[in-house]
Amino acid sequence: MEFGPHLMLAMLEGLVQASVLTLTALGLSLVFGVMRVVNVAHGEFFMLGAVFSWWITQAVGASPALGFIAALLLAPLLVGLIAALADWLVLRRIEYDPERTIVATIGLLYIIQQLTLMSFGPDARPVPPPFNSRIALPWFEWGEGGLSLYWPWGLSITSYKLFVILAAPAVLAALWLVMARSRLGLVLRATRIDGEIARTFAIPVEKVYALVFGIGAALAALGAVLVVPIQQAHYLMGGDPLLLSFIVVIIGGLGSLRGTVLAAVLIGMSDGIISVFFTPTLAKIIATLLVAMVLVFRPEGLFGERRA
Amino acid sequence: MLKVDAIDAAYGRVQVLRGLSLEARAGEIHCLLGRNGAGKTTLMKAIMGLVSLTGGRILLDGAEISRLPAHAVPRAGIGYIPQGRRLFGELTVSENIEIGLMAGRKGSETRARVLELFPRLAERLDQRADTLSGGEQQMLATARALCLGPKLLLLDEPTEGLQPSMIALIREVVVEMKRRGVAIVLVEQRVDAVLNIADRVSFIENGRVALTTSPEALRADPDLLHRYVGV
Repeated sequence: MEFGPHLMLAMLEGLVQASVLTLTALGLSLVFGVMRVVNVAHGEFFMLGAVFSWWITQAVGASPALGFIAALLLAPLLVGLIAALADWLVLRRIEYDPERTIVATIGLLYIIQQLTLMSFGPDARPVPPPFNSRIALPWFEWGEGGLSLYWPWGLSITSYKLFVILAAPAVLAALWLVMARSRLGLVLRATRIDGEIARTFAIPVEKVYALVFGIGAALAALGAVLVVPIQQAHYLMGGDPLLLSFIVVIIGGLGSLRGTVLAAVLIGMSDGIISVFFTPTLAKIIATLLVAMVLVFRPEGLFGERRA
Repeated sequence: MLKVDAIDAAYGRVQVLRGLSLEARAGEIHCLLGRNGAGKTTLMKAIMGLVSLTGGRILLDGAEISRLPAHAVPRAGIGYIPQGRRLFGELTVSENIEIGLMAGRKGSETRARVLELFPRLAERLDQRADTLSGGEQQMLATARALCLGPKLLLLDEPTEGLQPSMIALIREVVVEMKRRGVAIVLVEQRVDAVLNIADRVSFIENGRVALTTSPEALRADPDLLHRYVGV
């Protein structure tokens, strides 16, 4: 395949990665932004989303499409409830202390991982995509007759991957509407700015924290439900999304949702492109180097607010 | 209205309030004076449920509020204007007001009445709160608390760092609230600002009320100010 079509293919793969990463990293960023909690167990909520997706599609049985829709609705909800419960049982009791929550979420990581190993087993399990037709894509060339389109062999994408690419912006738009235009969003933003004063305006901050922790985990689970027909569910699959989410959140600026989205697209796209042309390992090396550079030259992140 | 009954409070091992008792009545301005670190702001926070009590109790209209979670205290009818304003700076003027309205479960009628008191805010509804001038920020902090429709208003150094015209405006609003029957507890460093509007003055010293007196008695005996506030 020529370089142009090959690059386009790599960019489409990158967009799939970026879509899933955006949702996962947004969950992490939302939790840090509102609660100031660094959730080390975030990748395990992603993994739980994938595992629940497998269980739900198995339970629904016959139709992959029906199973997928059920997983899309139920898996994030279940993971969100588990996260809210974890907040209530663990984080609230240690008063959201920044250092202790890191240790507590490391513990949560191992508990979730080992419980999944005990119940789900060590094998990777596939989830069938709800639809998976191949869509050929055109490319262009300059010939003697001017610009002309042709269909290079191998330049195609599955309809499911296209769906993943389109789903993330739709979820983002819904999240933005909630944050910017609803009363719930106003309450979340006020709590993020000053939790103590929010209490003096009848905002039940502990309940808001439980809700935010649940929403953050549900976003990771949603990303996993979208990716699991491409990747398979496995009890150790939470590591990579956690690492990449941290990279995205640091580059974008801790707590900056706009920065998180832009950094997720940047990292996801570069990860996809470098993985296709070189190796996935090189992609991770470059992303980690980028984080190091950001930490040295702009510690608040590319889009974070500079603190006095 | 408000009865603070022998409360104790501490930050870790540091005891800040020691058996402090105080009363505030409807339609009355009760001013609190005292040196820095005497416990005035901690008292305000204790009333709002932001600082846990280690002893004593706080009653509002006979009902104990010191056992309520902090977020339930404003719904009992208490508005709080904290020291340094502490607005939700990234939110607009309109959104800050909305937070107050939501807290008091009030609607557009209350919003209109509050904006009538501060017409300058009505012109800046879409402006971010942290881009307002100091005086406008104090107006917004006051407006936000009034949106609750409080029967008790706690003000912690509302005139700090303001120019005289703004101080006069805030004072006017406080007096207007008093006229409407709101009980007001006002912490101030500026003694001159207090004497003209207060009905009663309490001196806080080492976490206790050392003396409660009238503004007239204070004028008659300036030594009191020297003894408790150092002026």
